Amino acid sequence: MVKARVLIRPKEGILDPQGKAVERALPALGFEGIGHVHVGRMVELEAEDPARLDELCEKLLANPLIEDYEIQTL
Amino acid sequence: MIWGVLQFPGSCDERDALHACAVASGEPARLVWHESRDLGGLDAVLVPGGFSYGDYLRAGAIARFSPAMEAVAEFAAAGGPVLGICNGFQVLCEAGLLPGALLRNAELRFVCRQAELIDERGGERLSIPMKHGEGRYYAPEAMLDELETGGQVAYRYAEGHNANGSVRDIAGVRNAAGNVLGLMPHPEHAVDPLTGSTDGLKVFEAMARVAA
Amino acid sequence: MSVEISKHRELGLTDSEYELIVEKLGREPGDVELAMFSLLWSEHCAYKHSRKLLRRLPTEGERVVMGPGENAGAVDVGNGHAVAFKVESHNHPSAVEPFEGAATGVGGILRDVFAIGARPIAILDSLRFGELDSLRSRHLLDGAVRGIGHYGNSIGVATVGGEIYFEEPYEHNCLVNAMCIGLAKTEDMVRAAAAGVGNAVVLMGASTGRDGIGGASVLASAELGEGDEAKRPTVQIGDPFEESKVLECCLELLEKGLLVSLQDLGAAGLTSSAGEMASAGGVGIDIDVAAVPLREADMEPFEIMVSESQERMLAVVEPSRVEEVVAVCEKWETGAARIGVVTDSGRIRVLRGAEVVGEMPVEALVDGCPLYDLGPAEPEGWIYGNRQTLAPGASPEEELLALLGAPSIASKRWVFEQYDSLVGSRTVRRPEAADAAVLQLPEAGNAIAVSIDGNGRRVACDPYAGTIEAVLECVQNLACVGAEPLGLTNCLNFGNPEKPVPAWQLDRAVSGLADACTALGVPVVGGNVSLYNEGPDGPIYPTPVVAMVGELPDPAQVAGSSFVREGDAIALLGPFEPVLAGSELAKQRGELAAGLPQPDVAAVAAACATVRDAVRAGRLASAHDVSDGGLACALAESAIGAGIGCRVDLQHLRERGCSPEDALFGEGSGGFLVSGERAALEALGATPVGEVGGAAIEIAAGDRSLSLPLAEAESAWRSLAGRVDSR
Repeated sequence: MVKARVLIRPKEGILDPQGKAVERALPALGFEGIGHVHVGRMVELEAEDPARLDELCEKLLANPLIEDYEIQTL
Repeated sequence: MIWGVLQFPGSCDERDALHACAVASGEPARLVWHESRDLGGLDAVLVPGGFSYGDYLRAGAIARFSPAMEAVAEFAAAGGPVLGICNGFQVLCEAGLLPGALLRNAELRFVCRQAELIDERGGERLSIPMKHGEGRYYAPEAMLDELETGGQVAYRYAEGHNANGSVRDIAGVRNAAGNVLGLMPHPEHAVDPLTGSTDGLKVFEAMARVAA
Repeated sequence: MSVEISKHRELGLTDSEYELIVEKLGREPGDVELAMFSLLWSEHCAYKHSRKLLRRLPTEGERVVMGPGENAGAVDVGNGHAVAFKVESHNHPSAVEPFEGAATGVGGILRDVFAIGARPIAILDSLRFGELDSLRSRHLLDGAVRGIGHYGNSIGVATVGGEIYFEEPYEHNCLVNAMCIGLAKTEDMVRAAAAGVGNAVVLMGASTGRDGIGGASVLASAELGEGDEAKRPTVQIGDPFEESKVLECCLELLEKGLLVSLQDLGAAGLTSSAGEMASAGGVGIDIDVAAVPLREADMEPFEIMVSESQERMLAVVEPSRVEEVVAVCEKWETGAARIGVVTDSGRIRVLRGAEVVGEMPVEALVDGCPLYDLGPAEPEGWIYGNRQTLAPGASPEEELLALLGAPSIASKRWVFEQYDSLVGSRTVRRPEAADAAVLQLPEAGNAIAVSIDGNGRRVACDPYAGTIEAVLECVQNLACVGAEPLGLTNCLNFGNPEKPVPAWQLDRAVSGLADACTALGVPVVGGNVSLYNEGPDGPIYPTPVVAMVGELPDPAQVAGSSFVREGDAIALLGPFEPVLAGSELAKQRGELAAGLPQPDVAAVAAACATVRDAVRAGRLASAHDVSDGGLACALAESAIGAGIGCRVDLQHLRERGCSPEDALFGEGSGGFLVSGERAALEALGATPVGEVGGAAIEIAAGDRSLSLPLAEAESAWRSLAGRVDSR
């Protein structure tokens, strides 16, 4: 049994209004010098067969047209 | 023309779509439960608006795997007319039956308002309501150029009416074969003068011409 | 004194309440029992300080199908159909976490409506926040609106109307009142009373976690003070997708006749649902907590009994039909578990497997809570302070702009565009198109209209007159769309009833509500009370939110609130005697004081009947009730909506004794602003005051005459978005 964490982020170049909104709110809260904020998703799971994780990501967890993913085995 | 309207857990607009199909075609329409593959007797299929599976993960990401959608994919491949509205448009894109993807509105808020659309085929202006939080159409530049030259952009938001930031003001697209149409605004909410405009009927008429 | 006593105080019970529990049980209560009593005997559940007052309200009428005491009230709309409706508060949770607080407020009221077998068809919301120059208030407004939108839109019920006021007394105690309207075939409606000894008790919907544990007594029965952040874990999280499945499942179960009774789980979770079902049915109930599907491991019995996890319903089912019920739940992919049985013991017994971990007489738990009398005392004068925001010497144009731009008066388009107001295809009048929301009912062959109102500031000036005004405002709004009132629901939002001034406010407001409803013949079919809305600065404005449902025969004959065409005559109708007391202008000048004129209910009712009939007969181009901001604002609103100006002379009001300022900006009941053909308006007894035309709002009012370009008026009226989204 493998524990994995999948990070899904918007592809570079695609407008990420959530990331922008968070970035813009930071100075008012007292945080300076923070940029390039992107907001994505995180999925945690346990898999009997880690070999199929890429396929799971490509087919369901991420939309390859608009998102990149990264699998971290824990 | 007999319409079938898919119903997923979390669909909202399927009943309104059912009624609109019946008004547009003059014949009773029927619901197709997501677990069913039975599209028997149907001349056209509508994938309705709502929040199928709560929009969890991504809008339409889970619904596209349902048995009903598998049947719809076969139906579409055989040339059958398929109309996806709002969440339905999202499902069709996730299923690969239409190009591109729908993202969160640029202003990050759900927006419900009457919108003016341009029918790219004739230039006609339609007044049809939009109501969504994830309606920003996106496709990579190269794909967009292909869609434009291929005449696959079906509807665009008129100037000042693109409330979600869709690239090139695209409100609706067709597949290359022209039998699958997806749009974010809701023609099923524009078929009764008592509740708004009746321009939605023109979208149904366009689908009827595909079936003919 | 033993350790037990301080525990009960922590849970919100007084010493004498605790002693009464001991007496009723014949022994000291165990943990499970103490938890259950602390919740059902909390103000939120037991209405300790309000129940005696509420007995003054008229609740009967020939159109009433379900009155107070059921999950929601309902009125007959003809053709075998009934409309169910109710309004409820979720104030304290929303102050702590506005998105989830507002969302679960919507979820809860939806469940109350489908619990009686009605399909929800509309939502309205009534919100109160502090002024928008406060970051906190902007945050609460933003969160609450997103929360209401999230839940209502996702579950596919149209949000068709509402109201929002911004006043300093709500800064530390926001109000989030959610209303739901549903439609049912009268014969399919179901009550909550458990019945049939030996029948199974089935829990449906989401699994049970630690949401909102102790929420009712900790959050809703005490004033908010320091350390609110620590209360965050007790806020409930809503899942509209789950509720959508539960809703369809329940309606299908009811359609198939598979349920004996149905109750939703809200405040105090299983404890209140099981308790109320048993009490209504005069039976007992055994609940086995080991059979409850849990989201978190190792939950203690008392946690399971008081959890406020959302999207759960409790049903009583004949044993032979339980399998079918489970099958329907499986089809809709929602949970179903047999967790108990109806008995003839008259007791609620909580078991864990075979072991009894708590029990009490149903009567003691549900009806045994002592009811308290209030100790009201009228305050000396105005207790809420004043803040001047309008520069002295402002011109009438500047005053009108300041009123139109006031967030309480300005267009709420920024808000309602975040709501789906279309789903269901019933919405004949969308938000801000007319004075009331209008929904067509093809099943019944007619339509209904809904209005929700309650100007807390005016109620603070005079709780009796101000509450009567709120009721009259509803009737006037319904009249503007041709609707006749059928029934009323209300949410009474007040401060700490143990203190003399809020007690006096509550007492006078309930009397005003009772007297107005009795005089108008409008029954109160249900409602809600939210007390202890008080912070370190004092109580909120006394805010009786009133919501009224009316019927109209033909949805095609509904006037809007905007003028329609150049050249139409404009007229004033009704016993309108405006004064600046309690008005938005008085507020901005920093001149608020106690006292309001007493409205003439009979005269206003007569004017409503005239307007209603005229709208039904198609004799009016537009009809708009004069309320916040007075006549000048009403004229501006009607003009902006049309995109056409107006030229008006208020001489006849001056002749009645109004000063120019009263005539322009004074408020009060009984004023209708109508437009159409001059002869038609005169035939109604309306007084022509001018005509639609031009590109400005021109009002002749003695030495306060004004002329304001329409574009400027519109710009001020549409300024809310800019105020909220300030970066």
